[in-house]
Amino acid sequence: MKPVAGRLVLLSVMVALSLALFLPSTPLFSSMPDWWKNNLPSKGMTLGLDLQGGIHLVLEVEAERAIEIKLDRDLSNLTDLFVEKALKVDRVARTGPTEITVTLTDPATKEAVLTLAEEHFPALSGRSSGELALLLSLKPDEAERLKKAAVGQALETVRNRIDQFGVAEPLLQQQGLRQIVVQLPGVKDPARAKALIKNTALLEFKLLDEDHQVSRALPDLVPLGKEEDVLREFGPQIPPDDEILFERRVDKDTGRVTKQPYLIKKRVALTGDVLTDARVSLGEFQNAYVSINFDNTGAKLFERLTAENVKKRMAIILDHTVYSAPVIQERISGGRAQITGSFSMDEANDLAIVLRAGALPAPVKIIQDLTVGPSLGRDSIEKGIRSTMIAGALVILFMAIYYRLSGVIADFALLLNLLCLVAVLIGMNATLTLPGIAGIILTIGMGVDSNVLIFERIREELRMGKPVRPAVDAGYDKALLTIVDSHVTTLITGLALFLFGTGPIKGFAVTLCLGITINLFTALVGTKVIFDLLNRRGRLERLSI
Amino acid sequence: MLEILGKTNIDFMGLRRYSFVFSGVLTVIGLIALVQIGRGAANLGIDFAGGTAVQLKFEQPMPVEQARQSLIAHGLAGVELQEFLADNKLLVRVKAQTTIEERVAEKVLEAFTQDFAENPFLVDSSYEIGPSIGEKLQKDALIAIGISMLGIILYVAARFEFRFGVAAAIATFHDVFAVLGVFYLLDKEISLLLVTALLTLAGYSLTDTVVVFDRIRENLKLRRREPLEVLINNAVNQVLSRTVVVSLTVILVLIPLTLAGGEVLHDFSLALLLGVIVGTYSSVFVASPLLILWKGTPGKLLRRR
Repeated sequence: MKPVAGRLVLLSVMVALSLALFLPSTPLFSSMPDWWKNNLPSKGMTLGLDLQGGIHLVLEVEAERAIEIKLDRDLSNLTDLFVEKALKVDRVARTGPTEITVTLTDPATKEAVLTLAEEHFPALSGRSSGELALLLSLKPDEAERLKKAAVGQALETVRNRIDQFGVAEPLLQQQGLRQIVVQLPGVKDPARAKALIKNTALLEFKLLDEDHQVSRALPDLVPLGKEEDVLREFGPQIPPDDEILFERRVDKDTGRVTKQPYLIKKRVALTGDVLTDARVSLGEFQNAYVSINFDNTGAKLFERLTAENVKKRMAIILDHTVYSAPVIQERISGGRAQITGSFSMDEANDLAIVLRAGALPAPVKIIQDLTVGPSLGRDSIEKGIRSTMIAGALVILFMAIYYRLSGVIADFALLLNLLCLVAVLIGMNATLTLPGIAGIILTIGMGVDSNVLIFERIREELRMGKPVRPAVDAGYDKALLTIVDSHVTTLITGLALFLFGTGPIKGFAVTLCLGITINLFTALVGTKVIFDLLNRRGRLERLSI
Repeated sequence: MLEILGKTNIDFMGLRRYSFVFSGVLTVIGLIALVQIGRGAANLGIDFAGGTAVQLKFEQPMPVEQARQSLIAHGLAGVELQEFLADNKLLVRVKAQTTIEERVAEKVLEAFTQDFAENPFLVDSSYEIGPSIGEKLQKDALIAIGISMLGIILYVAARFEFRFGVAAAIATFHDVFAVLGVFYLLDKEISLLLVTALLTLAGYSLTDTVVVFDRIRENLKLRRREPLEVLINNAVNQVLSRTVVVSLTVILVLIPLTLAGGEVLHDFSLALLLGVIVGTYSSVFVASPLLILWKGTPGKLLRRR
């Protein structure tokens, strides 16, 4: 027999460590001395979303759109460049997801246009396609880089927005190539949080096309849901460089929502990436508006834009919705502007947040949305804990009745097992979820199994007439192999689940694997040391089993 | 000494004709369930099928028929409703073919807010899962099951003999299929949580089988002259009290969970409960007789002294 002292010390250290990790999760913690709180871990168990309520979103970044957006911007700059260099071209248009076609008026200018384009836009490679046409296509490696960057930038932007929205301990991470996982524990207004994340927040300033006949023929206000009809009616007559966008109007008295259509030039006059700040302010009629500041470039562009278009109307557009379409009264210098519209204080606040945090480089799609209300979470945890306690009590009682004193020893091992498991989970900073609780329960079952195997083996040995100590030793020895085999097979299942499972399966696997490992230790060392202690001098004649 | 079972000597192997027929039926039902799941004809949870599930907690009871009428009036025809009478809860599920972009969850909330203004509600939970995610989860779950099964066969084959590994795997599959079949017949939801439960019971049932096999191995070394059938029968009888005691304790754990664990844990615990019963049965009546059926050439266990 191995000396008892060493194993006892090992066991006590384990218990002490576990207690140190576990106690902060109990109500006892508040009454514990300060030196403890200051020097020892004070973080309790983190609860999963299913237990405390919150949102779990999986976003998919439509990275292809980032390329289209970039090309659209290049296209607009290219047009400006041709005007600046006095090169005459007929038309510049995007003709595919990664292509821009330049139609020339004179074949002689082809070489000059090509050189100019490639010089200023290194991401594009040009080739001739027909006598009067040039095809500029995005280089494939550049397209890949853009897509990758779009996902990274989207993650950063969403993180900024959430930080400003104020959520305790949000979790954001990229998953695979295109997906972003967002977890927001304990959010009270899920719909608002989702809108805040999902809005692309692409701010654009575009001029209205007031001279075209469609503009005069458009109806003033359209009831909500009838936008399609307008598009169908006027669609064929819209000039190729224009589009119809709507403004959302809310009647202050009735709360009725209507839409006002505008004929707007597609060409982007200015975008929101030249903003430095966005703040909510209150107007004279207590209506909320957002005031924005441009950076130096933006301020210059805005000044030029307003100077060139005095008395014309300019639409302020966010994510393809018109917020307002004021008439430019005079040249605006100083780099400041206001976005007014019919929105509430919360909406104005969220708008300011998304403008400050910047636009998403591409639209995102929510492909998974799990929202748990706080009441269900509380309900689940109460029921989960209560039923686990009842189950635990039943098992403890059963073992004590069936195996007497030995059963009590096994019960001690079980409690030790549970304590260690919870402590390790806390130490690893793992999150407790409902499937995790199920894993803990299964560990109780496995713990009982080991002890029953050992005890049945000891009983067999006793029946054959062996004295207590050899019987106990033989029982442990013979059961050892079986216990290891059964634990390893379950561990294999657990590991496979951990490596290849997702979400709830993974949470279950973590507790299961840890539980089995700890169980192996407590069953083989924890209980044996007590038996050895009881029978130190080997004089025990009867074993209560 | 308190004993549920004393020393027994039941001829389990002699009963194999009946047990194989019974197990065959169970397995076939399970296979049918699997085919139906693959065809999408089973009650797939939205985590696999994709779709929307919203659970609401009303202040007063909400009659299912009225709720359905209201949802249909709001353009949500293919809904499944399930009520939890005890606390006025209603679960609304709309399966696949819908995407999150269609804002099904919002429509559901709108319908109830407008039509039942006098009966306010709280949103307990709202799950929306795109079909692509569902497919990925399904694939991941299948891979996880495949890998763990392979790992188990290899381990048991290495520790015992190849035919032991195969027998253990067959018994384990049998248990998983049996529970899957029962869930299919009961029209219970096949969800990610059920897959977790099935894998757990696979682990449990395997443990049970390994314990019996272990004893068979031990006896093989001690009593080499005994006929295989007698030897296996003895081994099963020797570990029977352990098998029964362990199963009883696990059942003891699972009953409170099934009855009082709340709606989320209920199906999970029910699957485990069935699994424990089938798993105990299979290690005695399926796994061990398979070793008689497939005697094979004497492997390393019989050759080794």
